[in-house]
Amino acid sequence: MLNLASPSKLNARGVMGMNQRNFLYIARYNDRKLYPYVDDKLKTKVIALEQGLAVPELLGVVRYQHEVRGVFDILDKHQGFCIKPAKGSGGKGILVIIKTDDNGYHKASGDIVSRTEVIRHVSNILAGLFSLGGTSDVAVIEALIEFDPVFNGISHHGVPDIRMIVFQGYPIMSMLRLATRASDGKANLHQGAVGVGLGITDGATRAAVQFDRPIHEHPDTGQSLDNIKIAHWQDLLMLSAHCFELSGLGYLGVDIVLDKNRGPLILELNARPGLAIQTANRTGLLPRLRSIEALDLKNEHMSFQRRIAPAEDRVRYAIEHFE
Amino acid sequence: MSARAPFLFLILLLVVVGITSIYYRHVEDNVPLTTGERISIWQVEAEISFSANDEAVNAELTLPQDSSFELIEEFTASPAYGVHVQRDEATPKVMWSKRNAQGRQTLYYQGSFKAASQVQVDAPPTEEPSVNWWPEPYRSSAQTVLDSALERSGDNELLLLQIEKTLQSDDQNMALLKSEYSRSAIFTQLLSMARISSKIVGGLILEDGRRNQSLVTFVKVYVDEKWRLFNLERPDIDPESPLLIWRQDAPFLLDVVGGSNSKISFSISRTTRSAIKDARESLANSEAFGLYNLPLAEQNLFKGILLLPIGALVVVFLRVIIGVKCSGTFMPILIATSFIQTELLNGLLGFLIIVSTGLVIRSYLSHLNLLLVSRISAVVLVVIGLIVLFTIIAFRLGLTEALTITFFPMIIMAWTIERMSILWEEEGAREVLIQGGGSLIVALVAYLMMDNEVIRHWAFNFLGVHALIMAAILLMGQYTGYRLLELRRFKPLDDS
Repeated sequence: MLNLASPSKLNARGVMGMNQRNFLYIARYNDRKLYPYVDDKLKTKVIALEQGLAVPELLGVVRYQHEVRGVFDILDKHQGFCIKPAKGSGGKGILVIIKTDDNGYHKASGDIVSRTEVIRHVSNILAGLFSLGGTSDVAVIEALIEFDPVFNGISHHGVPDIRMIVFQGYPIMSMLRLATRASDGKANLHQGAVGVGLGITDGATRAAVQFDRPIHEHPDTGQSLDNIKIAHWQDLLMLSAHCFELSGLGYLGVDIVLDKNRGPLILELNARPGLAIQTANRTGLLPRLRSIEALDLKNEHMSFQRRIAPAEDRVRYAIEHFE
Repeated sequence: MSARAPFLFLILLLVVVGITSIYYRHVEDNVPLTTGERISIWQVEAEISFSANDEAVNAELTLPQDSSFELIEEFTASPAYGVHVQRDEATPKVMWSKRNAQGRQTLYYQGSFKAASQVQVDAPPTEEPSVNWWPEPYRSSAQTVLDSALERSGDNELLLLQIEKTLQSDDQNMALLKSEYSRSAIFTQLLSMARISSKIVGGLILEDGRRNQSLVTFVKVYVDEKWRLFNLERPDIDPESPLLIWRQDAPFLLDVVGGSNSKISFSISRTTRSAIKDARESLANSEAFGLYNLPLAEQNLFKGILLLPIGALVVVFLRVIIGVKCSGTFMPILIATSFIQTELLNGLLGFLIIVSTGLVIRSYLSHLNLLLVSRISAVVLVVIGLIVLFTIIAFRLGLTEALTITFFPMIIMAWTIERMSILWEEEGAREVLIQGGGSLIVALVAYLMMDNEVIRHWAFNFLGVHALIMAAILLMGQYTGYRLLELRRFKPLDDS
């Protein structure tokens, strides 16, 4: 009746639970003082740009309440853009405008947003409405991502992104997150977005879930999810592997979008990536985490700098071992 | 893992400290394990009556001297007598006096006694027994009885039994002694001749509802470095029945100067009182380091505060082991604390009404385009307004039970409303129901725990419990297994 899985079976399949993630991986591999660099998207972006990693283009930043009206100086130069809180979590407070005309700003859903509403949204961001713990925040304005046509018909309004779990610099598991009507255009799995597990070797579909239950078609469009294959997969793996050096976090979630013109771009980093990726891939994370830990142990005699293999080697290792 | 050793040591230390403290509290300070435990209180009333001789009267009554009982309180009732209780001497006594009295006089002494928490061992006899030789022929008879008893026994203990046995028999020498002396007197005489200390004491058999009782004579014998009590006069008395030794070293029980025909009788009744109240009173009177010495207002404050660890334990358990989602880490505990004040049903209704009305008003506030701090402050005002409004309405309708909604922590309510409202806008009504329901479930479980009579009793009276809770919380902090709800979540991974 309760429909519970047996703990020993889950354990045998290497499924990681929340307590284990928090205690054995996040607490151990993620230095707390590095969190601000991933929790603040503006900081992440600045470091990524310094290191030459691809990110969505930064159009401008609004830092103080009295500058709020100045937002239009930035917005008027662009047709489409995206306003987001630098410290927002879970996709909160992101306003995506795909087109501007005399009627106002057009959202992907077709709703029109007035200038007053834009000002209100920016004020809310600055006041910390969307940030963790309600601390005051800054609004980041980014160029609109023109997402790859490969996603046509499999995402409802929102931008599909690819979540990659990177452990000690090795990409170990990934999934494609597709917005649905249920998730209201957001790519969060617990809100009803679809998660499609992607093989690390080739970027092709392994399995798909919504609300933690297996599915085969997109619930809104009916498109099959079984034969998706992500282009630029090698670049994408390299980009996510590099995020380890960028952030210094051992257990990291990297969110990547595919731009039609620019290829894979780092959207944001996450120091506490969720566990739904396991259901999307129908595979537990633990065997892969342990194989990297064993690798680390083998090279223990080397200095930490030497122990970190170059990103190319890490990606190659991942492709060879994680099927 | 060597890093685990200090951690496990800390856990072990907490458990040991906790259990030791609980044990000490229970055994040494007599704090009962449950609230309902009761102890017996014996109320003994001595009624003294005599005929006054129309002159100055001095009456002295020896007071009980029994280390296995503790005096709780005492009263005397005596019309127009000066009363003085003397406890500083070896033998405590109460003295009544009057310049002039005539006719039948009645004086009362009433004392309440309970079994002593720590039984003190009576002091050994101060001097070697000396023999007060009886005249002949009793002296020789006694010697003969003693000699034959000595012959038939190896040590003092067996000697006692032998003498006791001879006392019951129809031995001729013994019959002669019994014709002149009481059994107790014979017993002590024989013992003193054998160089064993003994004394005659008077004791009161404690039995509920008895009136007109008198003291029963016992013999206390010091053998093998402890005092033993022998009942020689009244074989009908159950040796198990509680006994209050009233007179032991005093030469007399009652001494009346200036009166005649004096007479004393005792009546006994038993009452019970809660053991915890009793233990608390005695701890408060002691110099012990503890909560009981604090003023009552502070004690009551701590009764509330010391329940919070219970709530914290519930929150940790439900979140780490079960995996319940709730909004705000400790918000549910605060809600549970207010449920204690408001009673469960009122509390639940009040909470739901205030939060849902608050959410409606908050959705209007979100259109006003306010900054965060002013919006939350506005919600605080709205919550206060709602509480005032509902209180007045409830009072008008005569629902006095509903007046307790004022106990809700208003700032917490405001934050709850704000969080729920943002959650609603961001994640939809489903998530609000999940997290709001989760918070209420946690609050409910915490309330049921915190409202439990036994748990409240333990949290306040056995501080060692908190060390155990600390150990449990620390242990759960290192639990890396699956949460119960994760077993449901990862079910698809189990199937294939």
